[in-house]
Parts: sequence; C-alpha cells; structure tokens
Amino acid sequence: MAMERIQEKLAILADAAKYDVSCASSGSDRKNDTKGLGNAAPGMGICHSYTPDGRCVSLLKILLTNVCIYDCAYCVSRRSNDVKRAAFTVQEVVDLTINFYRRNYIEGLFLSSGIFKDPDYTMERLVRVAKKLRTENNFNGYIHLKAIPGASDELMQEAGLYADRLSVNLELPTEAGLKLLAPEKTRPAMIKPIRFLQNEIIRLADERKVLKKVPTFIPAGQSTQVIVGAAGETDMEILHMASQFYRQFQLKRVYYSGYVPISDDTRLPGMHSQVPLLRENRLYQADYLVRLYGFEPHELLNEKHPDLDTDIDPKLSWALRHLDCFPVDINKADKMLIARIPGIGLESAKKICAARTHGALGWDQLKQMGVQISRARYFVTCKSASLERRELTPEQIRQQLLTQSHSKWLRVHTTQLSLF
Amino acid sequence: MTTWLYDGSFDGFLSAVFDLYWQKRTDVMIRKEQDHVRGLFENVIFTPTVVANADRVWAGLSKKLSAENLQQLFCCYLSELPGEEDNMVGFIRHVFASKQDVTGDFGNKYVLHVSQMARKVLKEKHRMEAFVRFQLTRDNIYYSLVSPEYNVLPLIARHFKDRYADQYWLIYDERRRFGIYYNLQQVETIRLHFNGEYDPYYHSTSNVWAPEEELYQRLWHTYFKEVNIPGRKNPRLQLQHMPRRYWKYLTEMRG
Ligand code: SF4
Repeated sequence: MAMERIQEKLAILADAAKYDVSCASSGSDRKNDTKGLGNAAPGMGICHSYTPDGRCVSLLKILLTNVCIYDCAYCVSRRSNDVKRAAFTVQEVVDLTINFYRRNYIEGLFLSSGIFKDPDYTMERLVRVAKKLRTENNFNGYIHLKAIPGASDELMQEAGLYADRLSVNLELPTEAGLKLLAPEKTRPAMIKPIRFLQNEIIRLADERKVLKKVPTFIPAGQSTQVIVGAAGETDMEILHMASQFYRQFQLKRVYYSGYVPISDDTRLPGMHSQVPLLRENRLYQADYLVRLYGFEPHELLNEKHPDLDTDIDPKLSWALRHLDCFPVDINKADKMLIARIPGIGLESAKKICAARTHGALGWDQLKQMGVQISRARYFVTCKSASLERRELTPEQIRQQLLTQSHSKWLRVHTTQLSLF
Repeated sequence: MTTWLYDGSFDGFLSAVFDLYWQKRTDVMIRKEQDHVRGLFENVIFTPTVVANADRVWAGLSKKLSAENLQQLFCCYLSELPGEEDNMVGFIRHVFASKQDVTGDFGNKYVLHVSQMARKVLKEKHRMEAFVRFQLTRDNIYYSLVSPEYNVLPLIARHFKDRYADQYWLIYDERRRFGIYYNLQQVETIRLHFNGEYDPYYHSTSNVWAPEEELYQRLWHTYFKEVNIPGRKNPRLQLQHMPRRYWKYLTEMRG
C-alpha cells in the first residue's frame, strides 16, 4: 500500500515537473573527498537515459508538491486547475534520490515546488532536503534547487551552501507577457533573489582570495528558464533579454521551453497548437552563438530581422547577410573568425589552427577535421582550388543548401519505401 | 613480410615494438595471437612479453607525448580492431621520428587516425558511464551487466570508484567475460563462473536480488514514463543518443 502511494506521488510530481526543461548537471566541481556517495565532476554532467521525446534524463526532476497558491495561466499546477495534488515528505525525496543514484540512474536531484502556504515555508522544505542529503547521507552528487522568489535572504544563503545550482525561472521573456499570464508575479520580485545570489557568489569569491576556509556556494551558478511561444514575443526580445541576463547576472544558462499546450485559456495558444520545437532549437543555436562564439545579439536579430529563420540555422543566416566578410582564408584567419564560417564548429576551428602550423590545409584535411564541406565551401578559401568559383547571391546559396538537405531527406525516405 | 604474434596484452604489443626497433625491422606485421589465422606461406614468429622492454618503449613515448596522447594510443589498443596494430606502429614511428611535438599534426594520417579512433573508444566509455545500471543483490553488491563495443572497462573503473566509494559494486562485461569489482578499497579484475541455469537478466522473482530492488526498478520505470512529453515525440533522436544495442541492459527500456 505504502509502495503504491509512493509510486502514485512520483507519477504526479514527476509529471508536473517535466515542463521545466533545464536538465543539465554541468559546471560543478564537487569531489567525493569524504568517500561517501557521489560526485559532480567538472564539465558536462552525464545523460543517463533518453525518453521517447529524445530528451536527456540526467537528474531526478520532481516537485516537492504541486499544491500552489498562485494561478499562472501557463502552468499545470495553477490553483484553478483541476488536477490530482500530492506532496512528498522530505525523507521520501531523500530516499528516492539516494536509491536512484546508487543504481546509476541519475546524476542528482532537481527539486522544485509549487508555492504552498508562502515562499518561506516552501523554500525551507527545499533547503531541508538538500541539507539532509549533504549532512546525513554524505551525498556529493548534483543538487539543483528552485529558488522561490519572496523567500528570505537567510534561506537563499543556506540553500546556496548545499546546492550546486539555484534557479529562479523568469517564466516569460517580457514583462508584458508576465502581466498577461501571471499577474500575481512581477519581474522585479524575480530579479531580487537572482541579484542577491550573484552578490553572494562575488562576496565569497573575494573572501576566498584572502581566507582559507570559505564554504562552497552554488559552484554551478544560477540558471533560468523562459517559456517560448506563450505570449507572442519575438525572438529578438527573447535573445536580448537572455544576453542581458548573461551579462548582468552572470547566469550560467538560459533555457528555452517551447510552450506545451495545457489549457484552453483564451490568453494562450489553443490546445491543438504545435509545440514550437524548431523555434526552440533555433533559439538554443542563437544562444550558443552569443555565449560561445562571440556573436552580439543584434548581429543575429534586429529590427529588420526580429525572428530567426526556421529553414536555416542562425549562423548561416547571418553569413548570408554578410557575404562581404567572406571568403575567409582557413590558413591565415583568426580562430574566432573561422568559427563564424557555416559548417565549421568551435572544435574544428581549434583543430584547424593546431594543424595548420604543420602545413597548409586543403579540402581533404578539412573534411577529416569534421568540417561540413557542403556548407563551408561557399565561404572559404584554402590550399586546394576553390569549389565555388562563380559569384553567387545569398539567395542562390540558400536555395542550393536547402535543396541539398531536402534531397538528403528525400533519399532517406525513398530507400525506406523501396524496402516494402 | 613476417608476422609477429603477441599474447594480446598491451605489454605484449609494446614488447614487440621494442623488438622492431632493436632489430631495425620494417617488414613486420604485429598481430594478436588469439585472432590470427595463419596464411599458407606466412612466416610467423611468437614474440614473448618482456615487461622491462615494454616499459622502456612506454617511457620513451611518455617523454614525447602528453598524457592525453598516451591515453589515445591506449584507446587504439582497447578498440581491439583487427590490424589496429599497424596504425599504432605507424603512429609510434612517427612520434619517435619527429623532432617537434606531434599533437595536432593532423596532416599525418596516423596522428589523425589515432585521434579519431580514440574519440570512438572514449565515446563508448562515456556511454558506459551513463548506461551502467546497478541492481542490488541480496549480499549487498551493486551488480551490472554490460557489453561494450570496445574494451572500455579499464577506462571506466576510476569513474565508478570515485563516484561509488561507499558501496560494493561489480560491472561485468558479458562479451569479454570479465568484470571489475570494487571492494570498498580498490578495483580488481575478476572472472565469474556461472552455474548451468545461469540467467544474467533481471527477474523480480529470482532470489538473487535484495528485497527493495523491485520497488526501485518500478519507481524508475514510473519516473521514466512520466517525464516523457508525448507532444514532443522524437524517437529518432532517442535512438541516436541511445542506440538499440544498449537497451537490453537498461532497466527503463526492458518491458
Ligand atoms: S507559482 Fe510556479 S507552480 Fe505555482 S502556478 Fe505559478 S508557475 Fe505554477
């Protein structure tokens, strides 16, 4: 009986938590020095499984409870929604985490919660789970807690001592969207804990320079999530907001969650609308270009181009608008310029720069270093003769690349058909 | 052409390389004894493993290569691909012949090959770190069965030792018939002898498992089912990250 109850709770509270897309368990550096259970190695966390939607399962991602006093329109747990409610005890979450972890199912815990009673009451429970895992169970795996806006600074501070990452979800990319769909929430109230945590990170980093024993404080930093496609915002608004948060609060990641229809509220896209998966994917690509490739948001999106092209990726789209920057000489150009070429990633750019010190490179070598020649050839010169001597317009290149990928798609399908 | 056979160990391979240099030979193929099918007119000699010689070759390589490059070479050995020795010898010759550091010298086909091969082997290593599923036995050992494409158990031992420092665990390579076992102190290599009715897969009714094992497998199933979002269905992406050959070892993918 108890067994079935816990299974039912898990079903309800995992289902309610799944719309939060951040799954990463990366960026921490917690070692298992205590010879206890687990570690959170630096760099990428491990994806232990993949669900049929192709998403990575890395953390046990659950709500402590889906009881909530708020009524955000886009959320399944909103108080006006008629769903089954459940709540875990602190000990139940601890047992689940430890036993899943020991079986190598997960990298750790991502614990979020509906707001029951008030923010402090909720946050206090979340902190208790983390504290128990760390201090009573000698658990060194990854812990990501939701920081509840409105909870006291003391609780935030304590959460930071046990968690690897804390996140406040901004939920909607614009203040107007928030006003429309979650009128009980405000942007400044969300920013307050983000700012507090950032200041703590800076303060402790400074102390670490002079004092020996300063406790670790959210080593994997802060992240946030915004829902895409619920309130009619443009990609430009989203990307500018993200880059502002990266800069101002040193967020580690902004996650984009394509809105999954869960309500027939007329303020929202209807129940039969598609999840904007492609748009979400393009936003992640643009986000990468801003974070890792040194692109400025306005290079990718501006008043003239407020939305990302869904047919082609944002880097190609940028390159086609800036053909005057090309062709780039692979054997001479700076690494970051090479990384701007469509079909060449950061990894390949690094390899190219290492390899060319041993001799000038041609197409064969570029191919072996993982360069997608079919794209890069329009934008590159190298030791070998040019593959694209004709002067092509952006539109012609775009068409050629689209037909290529289209025909590749066709080829896959025809071979499949001929099997029958 | 002469073929030299070694006992299949990494030291055995390095011993053969030592002899190549000692005897100044360039007309030799090095092969594993157990894989070798003798050709009709083939000239075959067995080269014994001499650890001191192997160590000398390794020490020589260590002077010219970074730890990362050394691991890449070791990965080629762990790939166990037939004839991979030719690439390893080519690489070693290039390293000893070059004045400068060969890191990043991808214009050389052996340097490129070793880095590409290592990448494949390391990918399998990461997958094993992800896809090992432990099941708790009655005698308190977390047991896992795997069948990696390359021989990566030697590479993953450290990861599991660091992470699961306070539990007994055993990871058994079904294909290569050996396992690594952690006894709370160190990791050792073991072979298991199964009795006649041995069935390696999980059955809740078997009395091998701890009483709570069934509950946690059931909860994990529940969790896996609930976190899926049907509106985002994308089985191709799932397969790409988690190819079918791993499924029979994954608790959540078994019926
Ligand atoms: S406060 Fe959080 S849990 Fe509650 S309705 Fe809003 S989004 Fe949902």
